[in-house]
Amino acid sequence: MDNSTPVIRMEHIHKSFGGVHALNDVQISVYAGEVHALLGENGAGKSTLIKTMTGVYQPDSGEIYLYGEPVRFSGPREAQQQGIGAIYQEPSLFPDLDIAENIVAGRQPTRAGRVDWRAMYREAEELLGQLGVDLNPHTKARNLSVAQQQTVEIARALSLNAKLLIMDEPTSSLTLTEVEELFRIIRQLRASGTAIIFISHRLEELFQVADRVTILRDGQYVGTREMSGVKTEELIEMMVGRQVNELFPKEVAPRGELRLQVQNLSAPGKFEDVSFELRAGEILGLAGLIGAGRTDVARALFGILPVKSGSIFVDGRPVTIGSPQQAMDLGMGFVPEDRQHHGLVLPMSIATNITLPILPHFVKFGWLQDRQAKQAAAAAARRLEVKCSSIDQKAKELSGGNQQKVVLAKWLETNPRILILDEPTRGIDVGTKAAVHQLMSDLANEGVAILMISSELPEILGMSDRILVMREGRITGEFLRGEATQEKIMAAAVAAKRTPAPIGAGNES
Amino acid sequence: MNATASGESESRSLFLTLVRFRELSILIFILLLIVAVAIKAPAFLTAENFLIILLNISILVIVALGQMMVIITRGIDLSVSSMVGLVAMMVSFTVVAFPAVSPPLAILLGMFLGAILGSFNGVIITAGKVPPIIATLGTLSIYRGMVFLYSGGTWINSFEMPDSYRALAKAAPLGAPNIILFAVTVALLVFLFLNYTRPGRDIYAVGSNPEAANVAGIPVQRTIFMVYVISGLLSGLAAVLWASRFESAQTNTALGFELQTVAACVVGGVNIFGGSGTVMGVILGAFLLGTIENALILVRISPFWQLAAQGLLILIAVIVDSAIRRRLEQLSGTGETA
Repeated sequence: MDNSTPVIRMEHIHKSFGGVHALNDVQISVYAGEVHALLGENGAGKSTLIKTMTGVYQPDSGEIYLYGEPVRFSGPREAQQQGIGAIYQEPSLFPDLDIAENIVAGRQPTRAGRVDWRAMYREAEELLGQLGVDLNPHTKARNLSVAQQQTVEIARALSLNAKLLIMDEPTSSLTLTEVEELFRIIRQLRASGTAIIFISHRLEELFQVADRVTILRDGQYVGTREMSGVKTEELIEMMVGRQVNELFPKEVAPRGELRLQVQNLSAPGKFEDVSFELRAGEILGLAGLIGAGRTDVARALFGILPVKSGSIFVDGRPVTIGSPQQAMDLGMGFVPEDRQHHGLVLPMSIATNITLPILPHFVKFGWLQDRQAKQAAAAAARRLEVKCSSIDQKAKELSGGNQQKVVLAKWLETNPRILILDEPTRGIDVGTKAAVHQLMSDLANEGVAILMISSELPEILGMSDRILVMREGRITGEFLRGEATQEKIMAAAVAAKRTPAPIGAGNES
Repeated sequence: MNATASGESESRSLFLTLVRFRELSILIFILLLIVAVAIKAPAFLTAENFLIILLNISILVIVALGQMMVIITRGIDLSVSSMVGLVAMMVSFTVVAFPAVSPPLAILLGMFLGAILGSFNGVIITAGKVPPIIATLGTLSIYRGMVFLYSGGTWINSFEMPDSYRALAKAAPLGAPNIILFAVTVALLVFLFLNYTRPGRDIYAVGSNPEAANVAGIPVQRTIFMVYVISGLLSGLAAVLWASRFESAQTNTALGFELQTVAACVVGGVNIFGGSGTVMGVILGAFLLGTIENALILVRISPFWQLAAQGLLILIAVIVDSAIRRRLEQLSGTGETA
């Protein structure tokens, strides 16, 4: 930050879409060697601002300066050539091409008009070496993890000599170790003078990696702060424009009768010997690293993944659950992690999505009573405050947070007595998150038994009455609300015998 | 990181072995078929018969390679058969009317006409934003209709054609019949184009992830337009060879041929959802189809059953292929994301 001219400076940026002000007088300055966080709820204008930086959108008015020189990008290509690289939430690689070609796609090195594969692999190896990652440039992108794909995208941006690297929620689907690895790369890039814009909904990550933060709300600039001198509460207040006193409002509900009992459940290769109980009015948090087998347990309980041995009791009666239909008949609901793939039919309307599992309720003489179904859907959407133009709007047009509300509405319509939530608030903004948490608390109060899988420790600690920790397919810890700490949970999640690595040290074995 | 890296390279080498196996699986299927048929009909395993198969699939290979490039970009070109029919008719009329038109000129004319027809497809698809399957379904009928309009319902017979034109496909001044050499040349050029030029690599990129291709500054629309022009151009070349080989140009020339080109691609491992496909795969796919057809005749399976048997063998090949692919994705641990 010794450099007095910002790499990029944007002033008075305005951008509207059909009368809606997506950006209204927004400003931001990012310096070389700075990690600058961009914070705001979904719909606050972060993505639009980024797209005006990368040339995807052209601002209606306002100025963009690169190293003090006014610029205007006609398209993504031009922004790239000027040294602006972007890594989006969904990695945008070519799954059928290998790493080397992904890095140089569209501008492969040529010699005498021929694509020079050897030079390509050499360049890829150099770039990956610079980043300190051990990846074979011949590997097809299809076979990479999300974290590895992001690394390839960073290598691509570097090969374009990016002076400014924009990362849009790069950590949302990474494991803790992978996040640490990403932060290592980010710090290395910062040290070499790259300006970085970093977007994340996880505030604790911003405190780890960012130098400054700019906050947007409803398309307007709220302010810029030094990360070292700001508190979480202040950031949240700036984002939502109101004070959010209690982020995780789980109230103590009376523990009711036993709803779900799992004994020695095993699915070879996925999880082994899993036992636990779940009572009415209880929220049972299931913590652990990604890949620990938590989602597989949920899928097994819901009849998606076949189990080899063990028993399940619902309301004290032994049951076998061979299909989601059977699980639903037993009063279970499952909100999956990947809402785009498993939770929603994106091209269909909100109303259709909500009524999908309960469609038989609206059938008379073999005909669907469309109006009744829509009324029920509208009521459910209102209850969860889904922000939409109408319930006929397509699910794919909604923001991530609102999509999650629709998935929740869909399962609540089935009146579940046991609700399994897999990462219920991943990638959704603070306001919606609070609403989802409030809803979970209300449901527990009404006597629903909730099993919540979450990779966010504050959420696990704040919402759960009891916490189970899984590691490599086994339950390695159980804590009551009062006794659980981040350190205890991480110790159980990372390694049982070795001394627990402090969070943030990474686990690179 | 080390653990993931070594696991990574392990699954990579396994992956590569299986990828080779993927093309190998077609080859094995062909060999099994050859052995089985050779036992029943010894005439099958002769150099003459092998040559007949190669002659039969040469035109298919040429058109299927164009089809492959279209499919890699997530498209499909159903109009290839009508382009072959129309160009065959137009070029044949031209050489009959002007016998001075030399065979090389006829070839160039055919490729030119084919490229024009292909560019219509390209315009409809890129500028008109019509899905490829619908656009080319339309031109499939339109171009076939133009065959009738152009010829007025008549056809060109063998005796009307100049000798040089008839000899074009069959003559073998370089040792092998020209038609086979054409197919080999086209295969070689397509291979070089797809692997060693930027526009060729762009075809894979566009099919693999169109949005990412756009962000990477690859001219997506131009690439898509280009593959339809190439498909037309190769169909035009095939048309001239077709007319020469069968010594006629009829209103129903190449009717239904589009499905064979798609079959050759699919059997040859070209991903129907775009992004991948190889020249070698398509050649093997075409060879398998040609072998099946030839074998069914030689073992005297009733013509009534031939089409059904052909279809059955294609399905078996594709099912085996997709089973291998699924297994492979499981092994490389990307089954869910792929």
